[in-house]
Amino acid sequence: MSKYLIDKFLFTIDRDPELVERYRCDPAATVEWWETEKANQILNCISGEASTWLSFTEEERDALSVHDHVALFQLGAHPFLTLTLWIAMFERDYPEPLGMQRDFATRLAHFNLPYPDITT
Amino acid sequence: MAELVAILATTHHPFYYATSQLPPEQAPPFAAEWVRKVGAYRETLTRARPDVLVMVGSDHFHQLWLDNMPQFLVGKAPFYDANYYNEEREFGLPRLLLKGHEELSAHILREGIDAGFDLAFSNELRVDHSITCPIFTVRPGNDLPIVPVYTNIFAPPLPRPERFVKLGRALRDIIDAWPSDLRVALIGTGHLSLELGGPRQFGEHGPDPDFDAQAVQWIANGDIDGCLASVTLDSLHAPGNAAHGFMDFMLMMGAAGYSKADYVDSLDLFHTMEAYFTWYPNGASG
Repeated sequence: MSKYLIDKFLFTIDRDPELVERYRCDPAATVEWWETEKANQILNCISGEASTWLSFTEEERDALSVHDHVALFQLGAHPFLTLTLWIAMFERDYPEPLGMQRDFATRLAHFNLPYPDITT
Repeated sequence: MAELVAILATTHHPFYYATSQLPPEQAPPFAAEWVRKVGAYRETLTRARPDVLVMVGSDHFHQLWLDNMPQFLVGKAPFYDANYYNEEREFGLPRLLLKGHEELSAHILREGIDAGFDLAFSNELRVDHSITCPIFTVRPGNDLPIVPVYTNIFAPPLPRPERFVKLGRALRDIIDAWPSDLRVALIGTGHLSLELGGPRQFGEHGPDPDFDAQAVQWIANGDIDGCLASVTLDSLHAPGNAAHGFMDFMLMMGAAGYSKADYVDSLDLFHTMEAYFTWYPNGASG
């Protein structure tokens, strides 16, 4: 399991306005492109150097490809990263203030403590 | 020697800035009381007449990332740009440029390392809302140089609560021993009970009002031992999946020592409780 790579996906999409829109509109293709082109980029390193071993499991790829935030929570994705990106992508679809955030929580209501471990 | 003239420990709420800018007819019902309480809290810093601010906060996956994550980091730069695209997007926070104080940064790094804290440093740090929220609330003129101190309350494995208390104590000693005639304020922000990205987020109150009430008592009374007897890395999951931010309050308790706070206030808001504490280590110098 590669919680780190899920977090890296959420982190790098969230900080780029163009990628936020691309992931909102076409999640499966964005995940496929990102895993091929970006997953092995070392973020704090100059370009030209990269890792060689990072890839999603099928379960992780599926969860990201269908915007399944409940599955991401179960997999131990960092909930702050998921929430922040989900607000950027989906808050606009809810008429009420905090409507998205409350719906996000309701869909997680079956989780009790202890939550899935987010340690990477 | 430098004088530590005030210690402020508070929550940081990124919605405050935008809420405080709204005209009354558009503002939510809690806005007026919130603005009034923040204004009163601001005065507790103003009256101490600080020259430089040491500011404790925590990066929210902005510059610090999981490929190179420090537990405690001190900024040492002449300037700090502040706030990020996703904070503008989500909270309406404007970009800022803060002045640094490299001499005090260097002193804290040298003495902190010698005191047994292997502090990381950054010569180019863009700080986020954990540092800028208290600028907006207690020093909105942004006219003083700062030294940012980042803690990891966010990406486990985390340091334990005892370590935060010890670092707070050390920071106080280090500031007291700084050969300078400047007046220093130590300002730290954290959280009480809080859930973000989990099933208990954005309720009518914080996820654990009992914890919040207890936490306010620990802090207000300087009850470091009582707090440490109850709070562990494991126990902090109960008051919310973002409640490890309470350890930044514990750092500030370490700095304040076994002393009752000179100023205590709180405000029960939707999804979290705001809390405001000030100590004057050498009396309320005005």
